[in-house]
Formats: sequence, C-alpha cells, structure tokens
Amino acid sequence: MQFRLNGDAILTILVAAAALFIIGLIVAITVELYHIAAPSIFRFGPAFLSGEEWEVNKNEFGALPFIYGTLVTSAIAILIGFPISLGVAIFISEKLKSHRMFGYSLGTVVDLLAAVPSVVYGLWGVFVLVPLLRDYIEKPLNHYLGFIPLFSGHPEGFDFFSAGIILAIMIIPTMSAVSRDVLKAVPNNQREAMYSLGATDWEVTQKSVLPYARSGIFGGFILGLGRAFGETMAVVMVIGNIPNITANLFSPGYTLSSLIANEFGESTGLYESSIIEIALILFAVALLVNFVARFLLWRMSRGMEVKV
Amino acid sequence: MTKSNLSANVSLQRKIVNVLMTILVLVAVVLALVPLILILGDVFVKGAPAMSLDFLINRPTAPNLPGGGIAPAIEGSFVMVGLATLISIPIGVGAGIFFSEWSTSKLSTVSGFMNDVLTGFPTMVIGLFVFILIVLTTKTYSAFAGGVALSFIMTPIIARTTSESLKLVPTTLREASMALGIPRWKTILRIVLGTGKNGLLTGILLAIARASGETAPLLFTAATSTLFIKNLMQPTASITILIYYYALSSVPSWISQAWGAALLLIIIMLSLNLFVKLVIGRSLTEARME
Repeated sequence: MQFRLNGDAILTILVAAAALFIIGLIVAITVELYHIAAPSIFRFGPAFLSGEEWEVNKNEFGALPFIYGTLVTSAIAILIGFPISLGVAIFISEKLKSHRMFGYSLGTVVDLLAAVPSVVYGLWGVFVLVPLLRDYIEKPLNHYLGFIPLFSGHPEGFDFFSAGIILAIMIIPTMSAVSRDVLKAVPNNQREAMYSLGATDWEVTQKSVLPYARSGIFGGFILGLGRAFGETMAVVMVIGNIPNITANLFSPGYTLSSLIANEFGESTGLYESSIIEIALILFAVALLVNFVARFLLWRMSRGMEVKV
Repeated sequence: MTKSNLSANVSLQRKIVNVLMTILVLVAVVLALVPLILILGDVFVKGAPAMSLDFLINRPTAPNLPGGGIAPAIEGSFVMVGLATLISIPIGVGAGIFFSEWSTSKLSTVSGFMNDVLTGFPTMVIGLFVFILIVLTTKTYSAFAGGVALSFIMTPIIARTTSESLKLVPTTLREASMALGIPRWKTILRIVLGTGKNGLLTGILLAIARASGETAPLLFTAATSTLFIKNLMQPTASITILIYYYALSSVPSWISQAWGAALLLIIIMLSLNLFVKLVIGRSLTEARME
C-alpha cells in the first residue's frame, strides 16, 4: 500500500513539474529579456516606442519604423489572407458537407502550406514572388494609380507589399484551419432552422452559421495576426530592410523581427540592449495577441467541441 | 406590380447573391491553392538539378567550384533536431499527461493555457532567450544551444497533442483498470498512454517536422559552419540557415544549392506530414469513431 501511494505521488510530481516547466519558461523568457534590455529601457523610456531614429553611431535608438513595418505588413497579410481563409473554411465546412472525403483532402492540402518552412517561403519569395509581383502587379498599379500615395514611387519588389503578400500566404493555413473547425462545430439545427424558413445556402451561412461561430472565427483571425507579427525569415528576405515610415507600399521597410535577425549578431552594449528591447516588444505583443485569441477560442469551445 | 411579381424579384436577387457568394468562395479556394502549387512546383523544378550524391555527402566548396555539398548542414540539422527531440519528449509528454489526467486542477488549466500561448510565440524571441541563457554563458555558438532552442519550440506542440489524444481515451478504460486494483500511476503509464500512443507519435512527428524547418531560433544559437560536427559545443550548420545565407549570397552555384536544400527540406516535411495524416491519422480517426 505504501509503495503504491509513492508511485502515484512520484508520477504526480513528475508530470506537474513538466507542466510547471512551461510556465517557468515563459517567466524566464520575460525576466532574461528584461534583464538585458534594461539599459535601453532606462535610457530611452517610453520614447523608445515613438523614436524614429535608429543611429548606431550616435547611440540613438527608436523602434517606430520597425513597429510601423510590422503593423503595415501584418495589415496587408490580414486584409488579403482573412477573406481567403474564411472562403476556404466555408467551402470545406458548408459546400462540401456531403463530400466528407473531398473536404478532408482539401483541408489536408491547405494544411500542408503550414508545413512549408518559412525560409523556403523566403527563398521562393526572393526569386519567384518578388519579380512576379513587381512586374505584374506593382508596376501596373504604379503606372495607372500612381497618383495615390499607396502606389507611388518606383517599385523594386523588395517592399512592404511583397512582405505583406508572403505573410498572407503563410497565415492562410492557420486561419482557415481554425475557422474550419469552428464552422464544423456549429450545430446542424442552426442550419436546418434557417433552411426551413426558405433561406438560400448563402443566407444560411451568413445569417445563421457565421454569427454563431463569430468568436471562434475572430480567435483564428487573431491567431493569424500573431503569426504575421512574429514571422521572421520570409519577411527579412523580401522587405528590403530599410527603416522607413511612409504610406507608399512599394518602398522598402523593416520589421521588428527582421531587425533582430539582421542586426543582433553584430550588436554590443546599448545597441544590443535596444535590440533585446525590440524583442521584448515583440514578446509582449505576441503574449497579448495569443492570450486574446486563446481566450476567445476557449470561450467558444465551452459547450462545443473545438480543437485548435 | 403584383405581389407575386415582387416576391419573384426579391427571390431572383437572393438567388443571384447566392450564386455570387458561391463563386467568391470558389475563388478563395483557388487563391489559397495557387501559391502552394507554385511553391512546390518551383522547389521541385529548381531544386532537382542541384541534387546529386556530391550534394548530399560533400562539404561546401568555394563559390562556383563544382562538387560542393551540404553534408555538414544535413548532419547539423539531424543532430540538433535529435537533441531537441530527446529533451522535449519527456517534458512534453509529462506536461501532456498532466493537462489531460489532472485536468480538474487549477495548475493544469493555467499551464495548459500558457502552453497554447507558447505554441504561437515568435521563434526569433526563443532564439534570443537561448542566446542569453546558453551562448552568453558558454561563450560559443553551439549545436547544444541550437538543440535547446528547438526543444522549446517542440515541447508545447508535443504537450498539446499528447493531452488531446489522452483525452480521447475512454474514461471506462481508466475505471476498469483502477477497479482491478491497479494503482493510478500504472493505469496512466500502461493503459492510458498505451491506448493513446498513436496520438503521441503524431505529436512527436509533427513537432520534429516543425523543428526541422525552423531557422530563426538557430540564427544566434547554432549560427553556422562549413565543418562537420566534432563536438556539441561548436558552431554548427543546419539546412535552414544554409538556405538563408545561400539565397542572399548572389553566388549562382550557392543559389542553386539553396533550392536543392529547400527540396530536401520539403521532401522531409511532406513525408513526415503525409505519414502522420495518412497512416497514423487514419487509425486515430477510426479510434474516434469506435
């Protein structure tokens, strides 16, 4: 009896320790990053967030161009990626309802996009997507709509726009997978009630399915946003890496994560500390975004079987 | 206009909207699939010419000299992912057991939530954390640091899939085992883990696939090298970092090798993912239906 009790106690302690390790990891990341970033935090204070200068020689560091770049590229990614993901999710869960196998296969194929490593997206972006976008989208837009500030300048391809498009491609699998599971979890009587009132397929989707699933879909949206914020390799390879605050989408920019990838290796002292503060900003945003997304999905999954 | 005419008009308009929306949804599906086809197609077309025995077993050569390969990078990726797997399986499976079998405890809810948050983390930040933790203390980039960084990415994935698959194990199995007088720890380790082992394997393989494709966490932990590994405490090459540097090198032979390396990586990722979906996934779906 004594031995059995010990076996239980030992297992409980071991697995609880593993779970505590996860919490400890998040705490440790916060503490360590803060520790190294402290000189920069105390030197610049909140002005770090609004500073536009990034001058290594003058020891002057401000994060605004990078925050701007991250926001703009993520916004492009979401504007293009979200409708497409929702469309894919609706197609699989509503249109292919009676063709389960086909829907499953299509879902699998879209999921495979998520398995492609980001550096491969970057490689493809540099040699295929960037020339494609420059010649067939950016130049025509610039030629005919160049009077709009968004499309002015001289498109070179390595810019906010290309980075946003590649991010859109990368977040589609994340967002469509979540939306798909959420839509599938909507009870069938929601649809049947609407059909019995004589609604068309789209009216059923629009007025009955989507409203029911909205908090879950929003959770997937935020999760995609989080992925776009944090993505490094693909973006650093196509964005051009010049700090820039401009409405022109066809000019090179810089993001928080690509700054870290490019400059951390050679940094020391206050320079290094400032880059770690950039990482801390990224960390805080990721924490917030994931927190909100998980909370929404969790609230949605109470009473429904939603797996993320 | 009679009443019936009016309703006919309205319903025509509704029908048009319905058809339009169906078309839009189809367009979305096409738009989602085109990049996948383009990427896979380009990687195969541009990567295949670089593939050769030299490519797989030789060390890199100077720019544009023939016969160079990426063998140290293949070895480095293999060693670091292996190390990460060894670290993350016990922690991930342990945490997964805790999330599923102790699901009523507060600690389980909180750490499970944190675990999900961690899966969505920017991997660059995890790389910097490991740089501070290990590279600064040991004063060298190393395969060890790279492996640890990858393990922090794999652990939450393994933990989540473990707990999901253990939750699918029917409670009656646990009760039957306990009723026979088998202690809880033995029930969990033998009965519950045994029944959920396919799900566990899925999680581990998906985590391995994910780690094999990571670049950002290795940039400042393993860095890069053109040499084979002599010990775990020296800078180490990896397939992903090699693709990154070669792609931006503007040396034609290196760029071609970057495509070759991308092809190798894609083949590894796709076979792991398809294996999971087709072989293990199927038996999981069957288990769920039973």
